[in-house]
Amino acid sequence: MFKSIIRLKSGAISFCKVCPRHQAFRGTLKYSTASADRKRFYEDVSISQGEGGLYEVNLDRRKLKTPSGKLFTVPNEALAIAVATEWDAQKDTIKFYTMHLTTLCNTALDNPTQRNKDQMISAALKFLETDTICYRVDEPPGLVELQKNEWDPVLQWIENRYNVTIGSSSSILGPEIPEGTKDRLRQHLSSYTLWYLTGLEFVITQLKSLVLSLGMIDRHLSVEQAVLLSRLEEEYQ
Amino acid sequence: MASLSSPLRVCREILKELRVIQGLSYKQSLAYNYVLDQFRKNKVTEERYCRAQQEARHASLTYLCLLVSTRNHLALHNLYHGKGERSPEEVAGLVGLRLPTQPGGKGWEK
Repeated sequence: MFKSIIRLKSGAISFCKVCPRHQAFRGTLKYSTASADRKRFYEDVSISQGEGGLYEVNLDRRKLKTPSGKLFTVPNEALAIAVATEWDAQKDTIKFYTMHLTTLCNTALDNPTQRNKDQMISAALKFLETDTICYRVDEPPGLVELQKNEWDPVLQWIENRYNVTIGSSSSILGPEIPEGTKDRLRQHLSSYTLWYLTGLEFVITQLKSLVLSLGMIDRHLSVEQAVLLSRLEEEYQ
Repeated sequence: MASLSSPLRVCREILKELRVIQGLSYKQSLAYNYVLDQFRKNKVTEERYCRAQQEARHASLTYLCLLVSTRNHLALHNLYHGKGERSPEEVAGLVGLRLPTQPGGKGWEK
């Protein structure tokens, strides 16, 4: 579902955008069973600012918590309001599959896979070796042209922006990524917070491309453009 | 959507989505006021390449995309997703029978 992909990505992107670099980073509400029969049990949704400048979401009088029981806190107001809007949008039953920002926040807060920043950065860089943009086909010529026209500018842009070299190849093994490239990107990514990296990882998984994800986050591409570029082969057919 | 580049258009679209989500009282909602505030704040600037403005613009486009896509996804889900099994009462009703009732409840039920 094309639209779902867009939505997932834009969710993760909004997530990254509102958690900029170096951002300094309580009820018994549980998600428990994810059955669709969970009714809306609250009237009002509001936000409040807690200690340390972190924002919390309140359903009626109770504070929102993550699935593992931690207090749900976000670093800035925009994200808090967006999450509150998601909860407010639920009508009679609570549909968790529509609450994407909430889910992403929970992932960032709970960190269920218990990973630290370095591991996430390494995982992201590993993806570069299988980046969609670097894999070209030899035929049909229409698709080759399309790939050249659409993907090459993005590659060029990222090479200029980050001062790295990433080749493209049409063999099964993929391009050789020099160590210098990886180091520079690693350095760049280390300056971001865990929240940012959580969102970024999600985008990369959806788009199957680190290059496109960085392009989108740096405002070089819009969400729709990035999704389109990611699905070039399917769109061509 | 053709060209969404004018901020006014993006703002209107976001507010429309919020109205769909929240119904009639959307003007009192947090998101409505926040969005309007943000757009007003970023409106006045002399420079052509004001970075904060570009960032805000990109963020607003992204959020709009999120709202629209979530709405479409929900519609698709309602259209195609399986509704689950019917309860025994419903199944009996399909063939014109009714389940027997036992006054006083069954022995093992509390």
